[in-house]
Amino acid sequence: MQDFAQEFMTALSLILSGDSELLNIVFLSLKVSLLAVFFGALVGMPLGAALAVGRFPGRRALIVLVNALMGLPPVVVGLCVYLMLSRSGPLGVLQLLYTPTAMIIAQFVLVTPIIAALTRQTVESLDAEYTEQLRSLGLSRLASVPVLLWDGRIALLTAFLAGFGRAIAEVGAVIIVGGNINHVTRVMTTTIALETSKGNLSLALALGVILIAIAIAVNAAVSLLARGAAPQRGELSHA
Amino acid sequence: MIGNWIRTSLCALVISSGAAWAGENEEYIVVQSTTSTQNSGLLDAILPAFETQSGIDVRVVAVGTGQAIRNAQNGDGDVLLVHAKPAEEKFVADGWGVQRFDVMYNDFVLVGPGDDPAGIKGGQDIVAALSRLSQAQVPFASRGDDSGTHKAELRHWATAGVDVAEASGGWYRETGSGMGATLNVAAGMRAYALTDRATWISFGNKGDLQVLVEGDPRLFNQYGVILVSPEKHPGVKATQGQAFIDWLISDEGQAAIASYRRDGQQLFFPNAR
Repeated sequence: MQDFAQEFMTALSLILSGDSELLNIVFLSLKVSLLAVFFGALVGMPLGAALAVGRFPGRRALIVLVNALMGLPPVVVGLCVYLMLSRSGPLGVLQLLYTPTAMIIAQFVLVTPIIAALTRQTVESLDAEYTEQLRSLGLSRLASVPVLLWDGRIALLTAFLAGFGRAIAEVGAVIIVGGNINHVTRVMTTTIALETSKGNLSLALALGVILIAIAIAVNAAVSLLARGAAPQRGELSHA
Repeated sequence: MIGNWIRTSLCALVISSGAAWAGENEEYIVVQSTTSTQNSGLLDAILPAFETQSGIDVRVVAVGTGQAIRNAQNGDGDVLLVHAKPAEEKFVADGWGVQRFDVMYNDFVLVGPGDDPAGIKGGQDIVAALSRLSQAQVPFASRGDDSGTHKAELRHWATAGVDVAEASGGWYRETGSGMGATLNVAAGMRAYALTDRATWISFGNKGDLQVLVEGDPRLFNQYGVILVSPEKHPGVKATQGQAFIDWLISDEGQAAIASYRRDGQQLFFPNAR
């Protein structure tokens, strides 16, 4: 490990000097994972809120299912998405296998249950807090979903970040559906896996440190966003 | 302010990524290949010449030979470039591939810890060496992933009359992963392993491992290239795929393979006919 410092400086200087190859890999990682989480939130948040406020048969079972799906193994998701998108699979005609789109789909499947389950938890406690107010305003349970989501938006950033953390860190799904193709579907985690298998452990570790730094930067950016939005917190109680 | 900036850039990112992919309609083929051709750096070194000349982008998916063949059977590739001749010939015979061409060869070597507890160093007979390993019950790291190297290894164990399935989990350890990952395991547990020479030379974490047995004619490692059958899979880009194969077995492609070196050593020897 003595040459780790050296490799790390190499990797860092590649980033700082704007090495296009490494920057493209970093950019693709961010693009794939952010888009996956974006679409995951689009589906997962309303779904989680509906689970929190809805009253319908099978709700408990559905909650248990969504919670359990938080632990979906990436490699299984990758395999399922591969079988769907393969030329021999039902969606083969779309020719999406080995494209960034396929990677977004796989990560979307991984993060949506996480976002839904965490949203459900947040909204459920908000709902308990505000339920009388909401009813007195004449809002039905489902109609209160957007209100609760908006009021809980700061807390929901955590759900978003949990999803992002899962997406940016996983390798099992994207390596199967993306194929780790140079300049096309190679992202940070698959690069790290490749360098490890080449025995370039120091370089792999240096890239890992950069990946962690990126994750920290994204988290910091989101918490800045949250601070900007914070003053309006609790507006519902004044409504 | 910072928040606004971040919000704006996130939106821009989301919008731009849609546009970026829509414009990505250049010509390309997908080659299902093995980890050895990628981990050794060969393909990265020789592909640019073909890509510039033909305008065809070559996208390489590097997995074990077994998985590469299955992916190709599913139609998820235009060209197959692997190293397990019997499996390749079956692939063509079963109609999945059009025709098989020899491309290049190198050889397998048996590596192990420098102090060599089984005492096989310097031998040339791979079968005798493996018998020795099984008697000494020293740790052996196997690919265990149905790859070309794994298939070759199993053939030699069978010739040696050793039932490795019985020893699995004991001294015989199947990693179920690529060549490099398996060498990492071997370096970590001071185990013996069979590897192709190209991966070995370019591998960066040799630790205490060194080549102990080499030079047995049975360790010959032939690579072949096959166009996936457009009759089985109409989506196969036959023209472009064949152009790549033609280049690979042309004088120019063969010269490119021969000129690729790591640490001054030639990794692959062209032998297309």
